[in-house]
Amino acid sequence: MPYLDTLNAKFAGAFTTSAFRDNARVSVGADKAALVLFDLLKCLKDECGFDFLAELGGIDYMGYPNATDRFCVVYGLANLTTGERVWVKAFANDPDPELPSVVELWRGADWMEREVYDMYGVRFSGHPDHRRILMPSEYTGHPLRKDYPLRGYGERHNFPTVTRADS
Amino acid sequence: MALTNLLPDFLVSKLDFLANMARKHSLWPMPFATACCGIELMATASSRYDIARFGSEAMRFSPRQCDVMIVAGRVAMKMVPVMQRIWLQMPEPKWCISMGACASSGGVFDTYAVVQGIDRFIPVDVYVPGCPPRPEQLIRSILDLQEKIQLTGTIDAREFAARNTYEGPTALARELNPEEAIVAPGDYRAATRLRKPLS
Amino acid sequence: MPLQTATPVAEDVAGADAEFLYTLNFGPQHPATHTTLRLILTLDGETIVKAVPDIGYLHSGFEKLGEDLDFNQYVTIVDRMNYISPVANEIAWHHTVEKLIGIEITPRCKYVRTILAELARISDHLLCVGAAALDLGALTAFLYAFNAREKVYNIIEATAGQRFHPSYTRVGGLSADISDEVVALIRDFVKTFPKVHGDIVRLLNRNRIFIDRTKGIGVLSKEDAISYSASGPVARASGVVRDLRKDEPYLAYKELASAFKVVCGKGGDCYNRYLVRMGEMLESWKIIAAAVESLPTGPVNVDLNDKLTIPDKNATYRSIEGLIQHFELFMWNRRWETPVEEVYGANETANGELGFYVVADGSGTAFRARTRPPSFIHFAMFPLMMEGHQISDVPAVLGSLNIIAAELDR
Repeated sequence: MPYLDTLNAKFAGAFTTSAFRDNARVSVGADKAALVLFDLLKCLKDECGFDFLAELGGIDYMGYPNATDRFCVVYGLANLTTGERVWVKAFANDPDPELPSVVELWRGADWMEREVYDMYGVRFSGHPDHRRILMPSEYTGHPLRKDYPLRGYGERHNFPTVTRADS
Repeated sequence: MALTNLLPDFLVSKLDFLANMARKHSLWPMPFATACCGIELMATASSRYDIARFGSEAMRFSPRQCDVMIVAGRVAMKMVPVMQRIWLQMPEPKWCISMGACASSGGVFDTYAVVQGIDRFIPVDVYVPGCPPRPEQLIRSILDLQEKIQLTGTIDAREFAARNTYEGPTALARELNPEEAIVAPGDYRAATRLRKPLS
Repeated sequence: MPLQTATPVAEDVAGADAEFLYTLNFGPQHPATHTTLRLILTLDGETIVKAVPDIGYLHSGFEKLGEDLDFNQYVTIVDRMNYISPVANEIAWHHTVEKLIGIEITPRCKYVRTILAELARISDHLLCVGAAALDLGALTAFLYAFNAREKVYNIIEATAGQRFHPSYTRVGGLSADISDEVVALIRDFVKTFPKVHGDIVRLLNRNRIFIDRTKGIGVLSKEDAISYSASGPVARASGVVRDLRKDEPYLAYKELASAFKVVCGKGGDCYNRYLVRMGEMLESWKIIAAAVESLPTGPVNVDLNDKLTIPDKNATYRSIEGLIQHFELFMWNRRWETPVEEVYGANETANGELGFYVVADGSGTAFRARTRPPSFIHFAMFPLMMEGHQISDVPAVLGSLNIIAAELDR
């Protein structure tokens, strides 16, 4: 794969590669992600032709077999000319998970990064509009984290009731 | 002898009966369509099922013009204050149909974000089962509501005065511990004019 | 609840006299939003200076449920994601799960799924076009579209037993084979659909009002479409030639590749998106016509000995292997053995690329079931497309983007 040569020349040692089925992956560890991730994605976009950000999502690896880092953000890039895809995984850890924002590269990343922040609490430095997107703005939890219960803490029941007398 | 000679010049009936007749055949729905059930609500309104046969085709998206709110679809936490506010904006007499499993009980969405039945937050008159209910079921529920109006309705809405307390299932709301105090629920009262102040 | 904007509006509006701007709340309960979308519009007279979408009014925790339910159970939830073409979601979900486990489904299953996926695409586009026309004042097209949708509902009901959310696919196959009656219904649909399509085309394509309200409205350039990750009809109307059915063929699209073309536009406005959708319906119709005539015979499920599919009732009650197999798949601590791996699989659904990123931890339940929702990504472009337009253009653009709230918020 030609893009690996380009990446190796520039970011040797900063990433590892793996593959499963047709997904080729480039992983950037939590110690390096804050520094090299943006440049790596920029290199993939500008020099290797991956001009399309197909997907951006978060994962919480708490309790996953053999996991070392907790949070992961997956960037799915596609090359619109050749149809080739590459998956970049960037890790982040508690207590302050933070990754560089890629809104500068792909404007579509705006909402997807906000969703990851809303659901996992991973912050994106340099994001132009960093706030919650799906949950109410008063909400303080991050519901897709593994330590958040499926049925919540009971906040779904805590609303005032309207009876016939009110109306 | 002509037939007209046999008929009396006037009819004696209760005003309630007349009011109920008028009300039940012109229920204007407020389609509070949030999810999948909303599409079935649209199917009910279109040509094959044709809700107009039962006098309910005049969907009005302004709550001020409606008689019956059809809550079609699940109601998420963020949506509850909106739903309550729309319910309060509807003029009396008004009824509520909870369409589908999600609106009635949360359905398959037993998660942090979905309220487990809208009857915990607003009064409901008719529940429609199904996920989503077929259009026939929705039409059945409108017929049921018509029957309810015919049987219990009064011209000055006395039947609602008797229903002034909470009618839903056992309330599950509780005081949240400080460590789990996740959300301050949106307060519909802050945003609308109400007769009673918040106690 | 108050909506905070990122930066004070007054600073964004260069040149305009901020004193005369006013803010209009649009939704979350509004006839033109169909479901639960909310827009905060900053207006200068009737011109939109800035549009800020506020979403999450239908957030119901789909992805959290995906971590709780197993691969077959979760299909009932993905059904409810894009609820105007539920079958397409199921097929996309099980496509990913089968990719993860490494299952090659049978030829008949491939064809049946292809036919259903295309029927779903037709019914999705029909509703989108019909509702968009309805919002612009053309009620008749909506009624015609819904009549044709009822035919699709009939087919799905005869196939799976439920007309709306069929939950029809299973890991390694389908919940039931399709009968001859269904094939006859599909043939009948193939015969009658061009008339409906022609009716809608004749109603709208040269309709002065419709053209005036859609042409040049909500223009999305090719560069913006790529930068904003657009896919599906929205991207193709802007000239991005990308269709996963051709680019990464799955199901039976490889065999049927000669039966259809990719429909693209150039203008990127609402009218182009409408035309692309109308064109795609005809291409889907061609795929269905070709697929139903070359429908292979044979089983729809992979071999029972693979221990992947649910045995039918006969095998469950009359053979010990079937019973054990049934038991194994329904015991909460057995189910499927999956690799400790993760995989992304995507399908071209009516709205665009619907992908699932599944992380498996060896059990039969996904550790993470991330969805790539096309509606979410398309709605992010809304402020860009709305700037400088009139407020009456909001329904036109919303209708042409086909935002489905359940897929938007999940």
